[in-house]
Amino acid sequence: MAQAEIKNYNLNFGPQHPAAHGVLRMVLEMDGEVVERADPHIGLLHRGTEKLIEHKTYVQAVPYFDRLDYVAPQNQEHAFALATEKLLGIEVPSRAKYIRVLYAEIGRILNHLLNITSYAIDVGAMTPMLWGFEEREVLMEFCERACGARMHMNYFRPGGVSADLPAGLTDDIKIWATNFVRFVDDLETLLTENRIFKQRTVDIGVITAEQCFDWGFSGPNIRASGVAWDLRKSQPYDAYADMEFDIPVGAHGDCYGRYLVRVMEMRESVKIIHQCVDNMPGGPCKVDDNKVAPPSRGDMKTSMESLIHHFKLFTEGYHVPEGETYTAVEAPKGEFAVFLVSDGSNKPYRCKIRPPGFVHLQAMDFLSKGHMLADVCANIGSIDIVFGEIDR
Amino acid sequence: MDLDLKELSEYITAALGDDILHSDVKLDELELVINRDAIIKVMTFMRDDVNCQFKQLVDICGVDYPNKVQRFCIVYNMLSLVHNRRIRLKLWTDEDHPVDTVVPLFSTANWFEREVWDMFGVYFSGHPDLRRILTDYGFEGHPLRKDFPLTGYVELRYDDEQKRVVYEPVKLTQDFRTFDFLSPWEGAPRILPSDEKAEETEGDAS
Repeated sequence: MAQAEIKNYNLNFGPQHPAAHGVLRMVLEMDGEVVERADPHIGLLHRGTEKLIEHKTYVQAVPYFDRLDYVAPQNQEHAFALATEKLLGIEVPSRAKYIRVLYAEIGRILNHLLNITSYAIDVGAMTPMLWGFEEREVLMEFCERACGARMHMNYFRPGGVSADLPAGLTDDIKIWATNFVRFVDDLETLLTENRIFKQRTVDIGVITAEQCFDWGFSGPNIRASGVAWDLRKSQPYDAYADMEFDIPVGAHGDCYGRYLVRVMEMRESVKIIHQCVDNMPGGPCKVDDNKVAPPSRGDMKTSMESLIHHFKLFTEGYHVPEGETYTAVEAPKGEFAVFLVSDGSNKPYRCKIRPPGFVHLQAMDFLSKGHMLADVCANIGSIDIVFGEIDR
Repeated sequence: MDLDLKELSEYITAALGDDILHSDVKLDELELVINRDAIIKVMTFMRDDVNCQFKQLVDICGVDYPNKVQRFCIVYNMLSLVHNRRIRLKLWTDEDHPVDTVVPLFSTANWFEREVWDMFGVYFSGHPDLRRILTDYGFEGHPLRKDFPLTGYVELRYDDEQKRVVYEPVKLTQDFRTFDFLSPWEGAPRILPSDEKAEETEGDAS
């Protein structure tokens, strides 16, 4: 009998594959239907954000952060605002801290809703997507009511938030948060014990805690491997020190575990939202220093000084003292950080963005090796990547 | 917390001696400038020493200072989950001097080093797969260097005759605008550029 020669087969996955969560091109080396090597090619959405920020003032840089991880824009702004405040040496009023935490948690739910439901669609469940996007719509309306934009909020500014919450908004958020728990229950009935969903995710893409350290994992992905690490608890920023919440931890570090951690995190986020709304202090929502935060619109109509401040703030901007800081926040996807170098001028000298998705996607080769082709989709979905932040 | 960081920096300096060129605690963040050739030794110590335990390398990035002889500063940010602490290692290099790769110590360094290579053109010796990562296939130059223009050198369009995308030298319909907003408003010196009289007046006043 003639011997057949079997050759490995190279498969191009993406950049226009619907399960690639954006513009991911992955070159898969296949042995039959088993993945031998996965080589992600990224950068198809590279816009040079870091370079652009070097040419913008600090206030002008904020909107660029919305466009990184466009699924949860406010969490990115949060890191930049905290980093700038650290260099400026200012402390924001406590109302601003609570508003920020409130919206950061809304961002977390926005992100987890999209991730869980689109992950479900990747492995074959259609309904969660349709349900989840209805809730996302409500949340985006809350964003719109606070700042005028549904998605790219530009709301967290160095020195506070751009505007105070309109009357009645917190009440509506509270009503929504109360009902949202029921929605999570409903969502879980579709997926958590779903036979097909479990077949596609349990024991797929297992990563241990030690390997997580080696690959630099953070956020829900490291917690699913049993490491109780959350920057909101361990290095609390803004009002997180006052909040009571638990850190959900997985045990097995597989795709199913990462899904469960995200579901639990949504429940914890609801707790934080309740506490923010109940304990929201009064007072100003930005620092009382017109060299950093613009004066109110009303003042500008009557006071020459305020008018000058407004004009100078939005043209020249403020000068940030020389210094460097690495400031991280617990973004929904993991540790999102900004390494900000200031040379004392009105523009950042260097602004390095540390996206969690970049680090997680890097481990695709490790996670997918030896799995079937269909498991690649499950892996991509479970590590939660968005190309806006990976490619910057 | 501040005292802890100081103690830690003294401890590390005592253990590693000449490989630590400088240490500083600013804004509650510990920063060590290290000898370029000792990166592997220092990193291994940071990861394995019981008082350090910086088990996670969270970020590597470059900063370009074109006026310095060693123009690139490579910054390594590390995190210790056990001690809940961060540390920043820095080393200086230029185009001609490669830096030893830390991929054998941390798998996560792989893409970060590729990114620094892509953006700054710093070579990492011993890296398993030092390709460009964020820029296009066949891209020339290193975009995050300070002497690389914001608009770049080439632009892309779809050519209908050739049925493919082609690169062309960048054409700006409007001149690239940078505004010099320096004014006596805040922080900046109170003398406007090319205002010779200002110095005289100040001299008279005193």
